[in-house]
Amino acid sequence: MTEREEGVVTEPEASPTGGGAQGGSVDAPLLEAPADTVAGEVVLRLTDVVKTFPGVRALDGVQLEVRAGEVHCLLGQNGAGKSTLIKVLSGVHQPDSGQVEWRGEPVTFANPQAAMRAGIATIYQELDLVEDLSVAENAFLGHEPRRFGFVRRGQMARRTRQILGRLGHAEIPPNRMVRLLPAAGKQVVSMARALSHEARLIIMDEPSAVLAHDEVGNLFRIIRELTAQGIAVIYISHRLEEIREIGDRVTVLKDGGTTAANLPARDTPTRDLVNRMTGRTIEYVFPERPTGAGPAEADLLVVEGLTRPGEFADVSLRVRPGEVVGIAGLVGSGRSELLETIYGARRAEAGTVRMAGRVLRAGSVGAAVRAGMGMAPEERKSQALLLGEPIYRNVTLATFTRYARAGFTDVGRERAEADRIAESLELRPRDVRRPVRTLSGGNQQKVVVGRWLLGDTKLLLLDEPTRGVDVGARAELYQVIRSLAEQGVGVLLVSSEVPEVLGLADRVLVMREGRVVREAPAGELDENTVLDLVMAGSLMEGAAA
Amino acid sequence: MSDVTDTSTPERPAQLPAQSPPVDPAETAAAEQRAAGRLSWWRGESGEGARRNLWLIGVLVALIVIGIVTRPDLYGNSSWVWSNILVILKLASVVGVVSVGMTFVIIGGGIDLSVGAIVALAGVWATTVATQSYGAGGMIFCALTVGLGVGLVNGLLISYGRLVPFIATLAMLVAARGLAAELSDKQTQVSNNATINDIASTNLLGIPLLVYILAAVVIAGWVLLNRTTFGRRTVAVGGNPEAARLAGIDVKRHTLMLYALSGLCCGIAAIMLTAQATSAQAAMANLYELDAIAAVIIGGTLLSGGRGTIIGSLLGVIIFSTITNLFAINGLTTEAQNMVKGGIIVAAVLVQQVQFRSLTQFLGRNRLTTN
Ligand SMILES: Nc1ncnc2c1ncn2[C@@H]1O[C@H](COP(=O)(O)OP(=O)(O)OP(=O)(O)O)[C@@H](O)[C@H]1O
Ligand SMILES: [Mg+2]
Repeated sequence: MTEREEGVVTEPEASPTGGGAQGGSVDAPLLEAPADTVAGEVVLRLTDVVKTFPGVRALDGVQLEVRAGEVHCLLGQNGAGKSTLIKVLSGVHQPDSGQVEWRGEPVTFANPQAAMRAGIATIYQELDLVEDLSVAENAFLGHEPRRFGFVRRGQMARRTRQILGRLGHAEIPPNRMVRLLPAAGKQVVSMARALSHEARLIIMDEPSAVLAHDEVGNLFRIIRELTAQGIAVIYISHRLEEIREIGDRVTVLKDGGTTAANLPARDTPTRDLVNRMTGRTIEYVFPERPTGAGPAEADLLVVEGLTRPGEFADVSLRVRPGEVVGIAGLVGSGRSELLETIYGARRAEAGTVRMAGRVLRAGSVGAAVRAGMGMAPEERKSQALLLGEPIYRNVTLATFTRYARAGFTDVGRERAEADRIAESLELRPRDVRRPVRTLSGGNQQKVVVGRWLLGDTKLLLLDEPTRGVDVGARAELYQVIRSLAEQGVGVLLVSSEVPEVLGLADRVLVMREGRVVREAPAGELDENTVLDLVMAGSLMEGAAA
Repeated sequence: MSDVTDTSTPERPAQLPAQSPPVDPAETAAAEQRAAGRLSWWRGESGEGARRNLWLIGVLVALIVIGIVTRPDLYGNSSWVWSNILVILKLASVVGVVSVGMTFVIIGGGIDLSVGAIVALAGVWATTVATQSYGAGGMIFCALTVGLGVGLVNGLLISYGRLVPFIATLAMLVAARGLAAELSDKQTQVSNNATINDIASTNLLGIPLLVYILAAVVIAGWVLLNRTTFGRRTVAVGGNPEAARLAGIDVKRHTLMLYALSGLCCGIAAIMLTAQATSAQAAMANLYELDAIAAVIIGGTLLSGGRGTIIGSLLGVIIFSTITNLFAINGLTTEAQNMVKGGIIVAAVLVQQVQFRSLTQFLGRNRLTTN
C-alpha cells in the first residue's frame, strides 16, 4: 500500500507511456501465483486499440497502462467506449487492430475463458448471473471444482462461503437461488465470481451503480485489500467522488479515444477531468429551486397507510403538482417496492393511492397510467427495455397509441418525438432507429427516463433515474426534471445518492426498513443527517434466510 | 492517436484547449448521418427480417432447381410449371392461414398446439346437419365463431388462468378433437352446400379462390403486425412482458386477443379445408400444429417471442408444400418427405442461432489467419 501515497503517481513521469511503450514491460513471464507480482510493474498495456461495430467506431485508438497494485480508473461520457474496452480485455470482443500487452507479451483473448485463465476477471456493467442457479454455482460458473468429471459441490460451497466472508457478506447462503437475492446481493455474487479466479487484474464496470452508500464503503475496503496483494484493479464509475477516494490514476476516454492517460486521481482538478471527458465545461450543480412556496394547490398524489408486509408498512405521502419529492433510503429499505405499489405494479395489502382526488384501483398499472402516472423502473434491462427494438419504439412504448390514428401507428411522428427526447437528453448515437441493445448502459438509461417525458404525464415516479448516467447528461437530466416540475408535473424520486435527493427534491422522505422515519423540506436536512437516519438498519437482511 | 496526453502532473489546465481540439459539430452530425444511412439499408428496422427472408427465397430456388434436375421432362413444359405453382400455393393455403395466427401467438411469447384440433372442431361443427340447414352463411359464421370461441378459451386459460401456453393448448388439442368426435359421432360429415364446396374449386383469373384467401389473410396479418398498435403491442408483450406491463400495456388482455386471433384463423382454415374435402371429420387437419409451428420458426420468428415476420412464415409454408410437391412429382413416399422436413427444421433453427453476422465474422477471421 505504500505505492498508493506517491510512488505510482510520480513514477510515470520518469517513463512516459506514449514514447517508451516497451520501456516498462517485464522481461520474463512470471509464475502463476499473484504473490510474485512486483508492485508498480506494468501488467497491462494497450496501444492504439481499435474496435468497430457496424456503423460505429466504439474504440478509436485507445492507450492504457495499468500497474500491479493500483486502482486505475476509466472516465468517459456515456458511449465513450469504456465497456467496449473492458470487453476487449476480457475476451468478449476482439480488437480490430492495435496491441494488447499482458504482462509483457502481446495477446488476443479469443474468448472470456482465455482471459480468465490469463488472470483477468471482470464484473460487467449489466449483471450476467444465471438467475436459476445457486450463489455457489454462479460464483464458480465455468470453472467448478471437479473430480472425475463430477462437480465437488461441498468444496464449491465451502470456497464460496469463504469468498463471501471475505466480501463481508457471510450471511448470503451459498446454496440460495440467485433469483431470490436483492440487487445488491447479486452484485456481491458477481464480485464473488471475480474473486473465485486467481486473478491478477480485476475489472469492475460501474460496480457502485447498484450499491447503497455503506455498500460502496465495503466495496472500497475489498478493493484496498486486493491492491495490497498486488492485484491491479480497473475501476469504472461516473461518480468523481469515488474515483478520488479509491483511484490511483485515471485514464480519460472520449469518443473511443484516450484524451488523457495516467492523471493522478486525487489531485487532478474536477474541471480538468470533465473538460477532457466532454470537451467543454459543465457546472455540476443542481438547478435552482423556484423561490418562495408555490400556490397551495390541491395535492396531486395522496398515498395513505400503504402497506405490503415484508416490504413496507403504513406509508403515507403527498405530492403536489410541480413538486419534487425525494425518497432516501438504502437498497432494501422498501423504496422501490413502494414506488411500484403506488404505480400499481404490485398490489397493496392495505392503504389507498389517490390521484387528483380519485382512488386508483389497487394492482392496476393501466389505471395508474390512465390517471397520468409514469414510472421509470429500477432495472432497465429486465423491467423497461425491448432490447432488440429500435430506440424510438422504446421511447414511445407507453405513448405509441396516442400517436396512432384508428389503430394505425404513425411511425414518422413517433420518430420525430423520440428525436426530440434524444436531443434533449444528449443520447448517443442520435439515430433513433438503432436497436437499443447497441447503446451503452448510460444511454439505455436515458431511453428509459425519456419514455415518460413524452405525452401528458402528470406524476413521474423515478427509480434511480441517473444510474450509470455521466456527469454531463446527469446535469441535463436534472434540468429536464426541474423544468417538468415547473410545468406542473409532480415528481417522486428514489435515489441511493443522498446528494442527488437533497439537491433535486423540494421535500425529502427518509425510509428505513419499510417505514418513513423522517419527512422534511430538503433545505432542513444535510447529507450526514440523512445518512445517520438511513444507516440504522443493515442491508442484507432481506437475503439472509 | 496523436492527441494522447500523458499527464502525470496535475498542472497546466491552460493547455487544455490545445489538447482537446474543439470538435466541429457539423462534421460530427454529417458523420453520424453517414453511419445512419449505411446502417439503414441492410440492418434498418425491417432489414434484418428482409435478409432472413432472402435466405428462405434461396432455399426455395434450390428446391425448384432440384425439381428441374430430377424431372426435366415436366419442367420443360411451361403450362405444367404454371399449374404446378398453383398446386403448390393451393396446398400451402390452409396451413398458411393457420400460420399467420400462429406467427402472432409466437411473437407474443406463446405457442398454440391446438390449431389442428380447432380446425377440425370448427369444420365438424359447420357441417352438422343442423348448421348446414342455415346455408353457406350460417356454416361460415359457425366455423368462425367456433374458432374464435375456442381461441378465447385458450386465451382465458393462459392469461387469466395463468396456465403455461404449452399445457393449456395441449389440453385444448385433446378436448377439441374429443368434442369434434362427439359431435360427428366419429363419422365423416359430407358438405352438401354447393357454395361452400365451390370455394375450393372456383378460379378467378386462372388463380384458385383459396390462394386469394391466403393472400388476403397474409396481407391483413402483415398490416396488423407492422402498421397497427395491435402489432406493436404484440412485439412488446413477447419481447419483454414486464417492460410492456410497466409501460401501461394490458399484457393479459393482449395475450387473450392473440389466442383469439389464432382461433379465428383456424375458423377460416376450417372452411377452406372443408370445401376442399367437401366434408369434415374429427381427424381432419391432423398435425397442422406441427406444420404451422415449423413454418413460423423457419420463417425466422423467435420461439422465445418478441421478433418475427409474417412474410417469413408464408415462405416457410411455401417451402414445405414445395417439398411435398417435389416428392409427389418424383413418386416418393411421405416417410422420406417427413425426414427431409425434419432436417430443414433443424437447419433453420441452426441458422437462427448462428446468425448471419457471426457467420460473416467467422469467415472474416478465417480469411485473416490464412493470409
Ligand atoms: N454490440 C454493439 N453493436 C453496435 N454498437 C455498439 C455495440 N456495443 C456498443 N456499441 C456502441 O459503442 C459505443 C461505446 O459503447 P460502450 O458501451 O463501450 O460505452 P460506455 O463508455 O461503457 O458508456 P456508459 O458509461 O454509458 O456505460 C457506443 O456508441 C455504443 O452505442
Ligand atoms: Mg458502459
